[in-house]
Amino acid sequence: MQKKDKVTLKVQGVSIEFPGVKALSDVDFSIETGEIRAIVGANGAGKSTLMKVLAGANPGYTGTILYNDKPVDIRTPQKAKDLGIEIVYQEVDMALFPAQTVAENVMMNHLINGMKTPFVNWNKLRNKARETLERLHIQVDVNRLVGELTLAEKQMVLIARAVREKCGFLILDEPTAPLSVSETKELFEIVKGLIQKENIAVIFISHRLGEVMEICEKVDVMRNGRMVGRLEVTPRLTSKMIVDMMLGKSFEENFPKAVTKCGDVAFEVKNLWDQGGAVQDVSLNIRQGEIVGISGLVGAGKTELCKVLFGDRKRKEGQIFLRGKELIIRSPTDAVKAGMGLVPEERRKEGVLVDEPVYFNLSAASLSSYCNPAGFVNKKAELENAGRYISSLGIKTPSEHQLVRYLSGGNQQKVAVGKWLSADCQVYIFDEPTKGVDVGAKHDIFQLITDIAGAGKCVLYVTSETAEILAITDRTYVMYGGRVTAELRTADTTEEEIMYYSTGGQ
Amino acid sequence: MADIKKKQFHVGKLITDWAAVIAVVFLLLFFSAKMPETFATGANFTTIFRSIAVTTVMAMGLTMTLAVGGFDLSAGSTATMASFILMSLLIWYDMNVWLAILLTIGGTLLITLCTMFLIVVCKIPDLLATCAMMFFLDGLSLTYSGGGAISAGMPRPDGSQSLGSVPAVLKTMGTSPTIIVIMAAVVVFVHIFLNYTKYGRYIYGVGGNRTAARLSGIPVQRYRIIAGLMAGTFIALAGILVASRNQSAQINGAAGFSMPALSAVFIGRSVAGQGKPNAIGTLIGATLVGVLDNGLVMMSVPYYSLNAIKGVVLAIALASAYYTTKEE
Repeated sequence: MQKKDKVTLKVQGVSIEFPGVKALSDVDFSIETGEIRAIVGANGAGKSTLMKVLAGANPGYTGTILYNDKPVDIRTPQKAKDLGIEIVYQEVDMALFPAQTVAENVMMNHLINGMKTPFVNWNKLRNKARETLERLHIQVDVNRLVGELTLAEKQMVLIARAVREKCGFLILDEPTAPLSVSETKELFEIVKGLIQKENIAVIFISHRLGEVMEICEKVDVMRNGRMVGRLEVTPRLTSKMIVDMMLGKSFEENFPKAVTKCGDVAFEVKNLWDQGGAVQDVSLNIRQGEIVGISGLVGAGKTELCKVLFGDRKRKEGQIFLRGKELIIRSPTDAVKAGMGLVPEERRKEGVLVDEPVYFNLSAASLSSYCNPAGFVNKKAELENAGRYISSLGIKTPSEHQLVRYLSGGNQQKVAVGKWLSADCQVYIFDEPTKGVDVGAKHDIFQLITDIAGAGKCVLYVTSETAEILAITDRTYVMYGGRVTAELRTADTTEEEIMYYSTGGQ
Repeated sequence: MADIKKKQFHVGKLITDWAAVIAVVFLLLFFSAKMPETFATGANFTTIFRSIAVTTVMAMGLTMTLAVGGFDLSAGSTATMASFILMSLLIWYDMNVWLAILLTIGGTLLITLCTMFLIVVCKIPDLLATCAMMFFLDGLSLTYSGGGAISAGMPRPDGSQSLGSVPAVLKTMGTSPTIIVIMAAVVVFVHIFLNYTKYGRYIYGVGGNRTAARLSGIPVQRYRIIAGLMAGTFIALAGILVASRNQSAQINGAAGFSMPALSAVFIGRSVAGQGKPNAIGTLIGATLVGVLDNGLVMMSVPYYSLNAIKGVVLAIALASAYYTTKEE
């Protein structure tokens, strides 16, 4: 492909609303080919939403998009593709066909739209795929099955597919989050090569500010669904300047945190390693009645830490103590018996049984206490208990018998928490408990967690939202690359400091 | 919340929830109108229940398997194997009938453990593992019997004369009312077990969402195996009933019950808006299959066309039960 005339893409006054949230308000953005642009912002700032608008995956937007100064309507992914806008989502597996070869995956657009005969010419297909990969300096054998590739290689395959045909704008949504340092370096080489050789623009979304400053010329900063500023990458620009722009006043800062009195250390973890290397040498402790945060970016190993603690991920080394007694936890069953409860991140997939009624979920972890020795459930006692938690947690449901599927996200989360309250746990682990819930429910969940700590339980609050850490925790550990990089007293720290350690302290 | 309530009274939902029951009632009315003299008689209804007993007992086993999120293609072959074990013990070794029944159930459970090993430990998908077991068991039961059926008076595989006969207990088991009582007992047991005990609730939990169940502290593998072993027990019982009805162990004797039993469970899933395999629904499903079978035979539909009509009715019943299912 030769250098052609520059192509521009402009977004003017784009807004989009989801039920209860204004995800984008009046956003302006423009880019032209030949440039790498970063978009940064805290979680929920609207970065991914904006990119989805460009990729045709958010057809409900209002506002104008100009392609070479001509207005265009991008309401379907196909329309975006026609304009040469390609997106590589973070969940690479969603877009790949694992049982087919690299060649087929790279050539998938051709196989779907470009075939003139019903027969596949394998030699031609492989050669064309190989040419594309070579052009991009990607070293992956075209005959391998995609299912066998590493995450980094899968990304490369997707990039190759995206830029193979008349791609003008390539969007990479947090591509480096799951990659190792060397893999990231390789990816950057490829992206830089792309810019030099092809008439293309790359929009790069990342939380890792070090990377952003390394690879991009300009950084657009978003906050709460708005575009709040643009920074030029110069030697004078620091992470702190970007972070300052990213953060703003928000709901969390207004949450009245009760002053808690904490007892002695009740829960202690010593030198914990998991078997995949996602959790490395983590030590932490929680005092009675204390809310301890684990902060860190997506991919820092927080969820993995929760799962190792809860016995749902293999432990390689390390010890866990509750009130001085070592816990032998080989499975979640052991963890529950030991008095631990986990409210997992993927609520609908892991936290609740969506096809079962509310009462069923509320007693899922404590059913034995409503049973006679023969194992028969005392339905009356169970329903009474469910009724009690429905009213004390304020779960909005027509009855105990409603299927959890029909509750809103916030109410589902309350059910997931209520399950452990019924079981009277000693240690509560919350993994991103406010993900996908509205502000009102968020307030309720915060209140609930504060009450749990107030009752003398240990709470581990895991989130990538720095503002939440500041709002609710007493103390926080910061993770980066599977390790704890800092332990901070919430009262003495700032969002900037947490962000600093979360991004590797650069 | 208001529109959710409204949806529950929606006509489409009503049809989905009661499709199987509507079908049974419709068929009963249809056949009774066509053949008031022969179909709508007490004797014929007894015949229908007797004929669905084996299907229902096997389907109760499959209800357990499907409730925990599994699947089983090998139920028919497993039941055939059970009937061969039973008849060999009785005919070849002239064993006490109760001991023989116990050993048959024990042997069948060993087979089930092998299946569970393939599924739980080797992690082969249920469908494939039980498909393999189906082939294996078909071959194994024939190898064991020396390639033929086992019935009273026939020589053992080594040529020596067998001494045993079919005991009276086994003869009674296969006739009404005993066989109907056994069926009813099994249905009631499974219904109570799944709905009123914590074990049943754990099984539904595991079947509904294995990850969420594990993260709630439910020992998932243990309940998968428990459900499998209970299913194995009912499948063994189905095999014993087949043997008692035939007074012998026939080649592929129980194979024909596998698919009707699976259909019964799938038809029963949606009954009364349960949305999951359940004992009562399965019984209704089995009744649907049985009524259809009986009525069609009485209407002198040629035997070779029966399956075609059954397939069509099954498809209609399933379509009305599933078509409102939303994709995630």
